[in-house]
Amino acid sequence: MATLRELDYSVLQQCMHCGMCLPTCPTYDATKRERHSPRGRIALMRAIADEEIAVNRTFAEEMSYCLGCLACQTACPAGVDYATLFETARADIETAGLPQSVARRFWRWLTLRALFMHPARLRLVGKILRWVQSNGLDVAARAAGLTRLLPADLRRLEPQAPAISPAFSDDLIEPDELSRSAGPVRRRVALLTGCIQDLAFSEINRDTADVLLANGCDVHTAPEQSCCGSLHSHNGATDLARTLAKRMIDTLPPGEFDAIISNAGGCGSHLRHYSSLLKDDPQYAEKARLWDSKVRDIHEWLMGIGCRAPEAAPEPGPVTVSYHDSCHLAHGQKVVQPPRALLALLPGVRMVELPEASWCCGSAGIYSITQPEQSAQLLERKVGHILGTGATILATANPGCHLQLLNGLRAKGSKVELAHPVTLLARAYRNERKNLKTKIN
Amino acid sequence: MDLSPQVLAQLAAVCPDGLLTAPEDLAVYGFDGTAALKQRPGAVVLVRSTQQVVECVRIAAAHSVPIVTRGSGTGLSGGSVPVAGCIVLCLVQMDAILEVDPNNLTLRAQSGAITQKIDEAAGKHGLFYPPDPGSMKISTIGGNVAENSGGLRGLKYGVTRDYVMGLEVVLPDGRVVNLGNACVKDVAGYSMKDLFIGSEGTLGIITEVRLKLLPRPAARRTMLAMFERMEDAAQTVSAIIAARIIPCTLEFLDRMTIRCVEDFARIGLPTDCGAILLMETDGHPAAVAEEAQQMEALARLHKAREVRTAKDASEATTLATARRSAFSALARVRPTTILEDITVPRSALAEMVGFIAESAARHRLQVGTFGHMGDGNLHPTFLTDERDHEEMARVHLALEEIVTKTLSLGGTITGEHGVGLAKKQWIRKQLGDASFELMRQIKMALDPRALLNPGKIFD
Ligand SMILES: Cc1cc2nc3c(=O)[nH]c(=O)nc-3n(C[C@H](O)[C@H](O)[C@H](O)COP(=O)(O)OP(=O)(O)OC[C@H]3O[C@@H](n4cnc5c(N)ncnc54)[C@H](O)[C@@H]3O)c2cc1C
Ligand code: SF4
Ligand code: SF4
Repeated sequence: MATLRELDYSVLQQCMHCGMCLPTCPTYDATKRERHSPRGRIALMRAIADEEIAVNRTFAEEMSYCLGCLACQTACPAGVDYATLFETARADIETAGLPQSVARRFWRWLTLRALFMHPARLRLVGKILRWVQSNGLDVAARAAGLTRLLPADLRRLEPQAPAISPAFSDDLIEPDELSRSAGPVRRRVALLTGCIQDLAFSEINRDTADVLLANGCDVHTAPEQSCCGSLHSHNGATDLARTLAKRMIDTLPPGEFDAIISNAGGCGSHLRHYSSLLKDDPQYAEKARLWDSKVRDIHEWLMGIGCRAPEAAPEPGPVTVSYHDSCHLAHGQKVVQPPRALLALLPGVRMVELPEASWCCGSAGIYSITQPEQSAQLLERKVGHILGTGATILATANPGCHLQLLNGLRAKGSKVELAHPVTLLARAYRNERKNLKTKIN
Repeated sequence: MDLSPQVLAQLAAVCPDGLLTAPEDLAVYGFDGTAALKQRPGAVVLVRSTQQVVECVRIAAAHSVPIVTRGSGTGLSGGSVPVAGCIVLCLVQMDAILEVDPNNLTLRAQSGAITQKIDEAAGKHGLFYPPDPGSMKISTIGGNVAENSGGLRGLKYGVTRDYVMGLEVVLPDGRVVNLGNACVKDVAGYSMKDLFIGSEGTLGIITEVRLKLLPRPAARRTMLAMFERMEDAAQTVSAIIAARIIPCTLEFLDRMTIRCVEDFARIGLPTDCGAILLMETDGHPAAVAEEAQQMEALARLHKAREVRTAKDASEATTLATARRSAFSALARVRPTTILEDITVPRSALAEMVGFIAESAARHRLQVGTFGHMGDGNLHPTFLTDERDHEEMARVHLALEEIVTKTLSLGGTITGEHGVGLAKKQWIRKQLGDASFELMRQIKMALDPRALLNPGKIFD
């Protein structure tokens, strides 16, 4: 990937300083300082391209403060490609090799290199965590003060670490499952099971497969999938991101499927841009273009093929549901209506719109680790809005948001349930069968 | 030019957490919404109170350092672009809405308050603040007053000046004056507040405003008329006004602008038509229904291909929001967008519109035109690249012609964006020597040392 200096200058010039993005930027909103706004950050990048300022510590801090939520990209009438600017800037910062704190380096190494490059290792850590959690050892260790041995950042996060799913996706989903629903068109799709999604939310993957099957799609999954590389790209590790993208294309050759389905906002947003990542790779450029054209968010896909409305309700009684937009689903992939439309198909569900639904919740990849204060403020604001709706279920479609909101709500003593929209749909389909059985009996 | 350590130390003492001097901070306050203007300031101060403004002004005056006042930096004439080595006083943190008085229909706010927030605060009491510039979701009310901004509803409701009842202003010597009051009528002496409305930060720093509000209209109808030819849209506007109808909005977009807006907003605008008129009428439900019907008939009479009515308030808002994005959306096409703000008497609209297209074609330039057609206010926007000097030279030739034509039609070089840096080469030509000198005398009387926004409007 080009550096800011090598980047086609027109990408930087595209910003015409109108300021229309400022009110949508959470960090500008927090400080009202131009530097913390999209317009300011782009101006800094342009100043770097013009060699007026250097890629230095201040710039690195600035880009670390940016959530990468892409709200500015949605707001920008001028069509500024902030996602590319953001990733280029972060990659520049990494290449500049600025001195960083030991803790930050450790974190980057652990997440980007040691874990998320190796699915088997990630699984192993997951298994250990699962064992620790299921035996109540985490509570015991915390009580015994053992966790004090962890670095401070880690200690703060440790109680918030995701509860690991009792089973991983490949325990729950066969590599090839054929749809039994008798529809006129049969489609073959690949389902991406994700890494975090797989560790913490493998049930959501099962639910996704179920609703696909119920809508006439044969579902293929790869037993061992790599991380899609979104974390890497987002944090300036472009080379690693490229390796992961190629691995993914090899695992799920796009030519074999009608669609490649993602159910996690953050991954989907990255998965759709393999072609720009691999555009200079003679072997993969073409495949990557085909790949991009096949990637679909699950809600977008289901609504596009005419999702069947369930006849049963997901819950025993009527419920109020609200929906939080994952930044990378709403701003990165521009998928805003389909999840809402999907929820509106559910009987017994009253939808209330969440105020500031597409305002970042502060999860933003590893932002809650790198910028804990700003992250906590955003979470507080979001939780306030959620509680204000009176909803008993909050739907959201990204594991990062899911975990962040779960922690935020539980910290406030709230019992609001978090669910992927697809989970609610799957439940409703399952209840149809239950109702049928009761009728027959 | 750097500021002396002494000045910086004094500023830091007044605004400990508001003084910015890092190169990364200065670079980002070097421009506003105007293309191709850039200048790094000596320091930026984010002030929080009138008292802090006063003390900063005193420090600047004592050391003869110029001050450039800034709101959100969305200005389109270079008004808040810094002067080399100046102090930028940025007022965005002074954004409190101090009071809404539903009995007297007034609102008081600090001048950094965002225009849209003011309208929303009024809305909670069933009232509204009519001036709605395209930038309202981020522009500050202080910037609006300093530029006397217009908006989409200007035709019926007028511009910012028509809603300013009172101002608190810090003068270049640090004195604070309160001008105007909450009375509907007031002729005690000169209308001093009016001097500061549209003064572009050259006479004083506005720290607080008292605004007039209106009851929210009971009904509103928004329509979109599509035409093959721009001239037909212009004729429709003249016909509506000749029929003694004063709608609140008559905005238009030409083909190029429609394409860019649709590309951004994706709301189903027809990209194959020559011009669109956004028409809105508001008021008593019966009157609204009748006016809407008449306007639709007049549009059809002037060859409108189709007239669509927004089905509800949310669709109406979507349409207005799309129109507000016009200027920025035009920037999709080429790297640099140079926008004009000419205004002509409404009877000359069709002629002016034709002239712009003809001039752009002759100089082989891409132009997108949109604007407040009901006000005779057009924004021809040249789509170009500031790095292409040959093309830029042609842009300047076309601009010169358009300005000359505007003045010959009895028009003005700026209807709402102000003179700032961008238009000052033409201001004397428009005003004539005597009025130009009078304006300069006023500046000299209030700011003899040229401390506030020097070099803007005139040298
Ligand atoms: C997309 C877009 C659409 C726009 N649409 C319109 C429109 O429809 N109608 C219209 O009229 N304008 C429009 N504008 C222009 C601009 O938004 C207005 O001029 C607005 O009033 C500027 O407000 P600001 O807070 O950004 O002021 P700035 O740009 O920061 O400042 C503008 C001028 O006011 C002075 N100033 C600012 N605050 C104060 C203060 N408190 N006291 C004294 N002087 C002050 C500055 O020195 C400067 O000269 C648009 C701009 C954009 C980018
Ligand atoms: S990023 Fe877009 S919206 Fe923001 S200032 Fe630049 S052009 Fe305007
Ligand atoms: S990505 Fe989010 S935080 Fe970063 S500049 Fe854009 S809106 Fe602001």
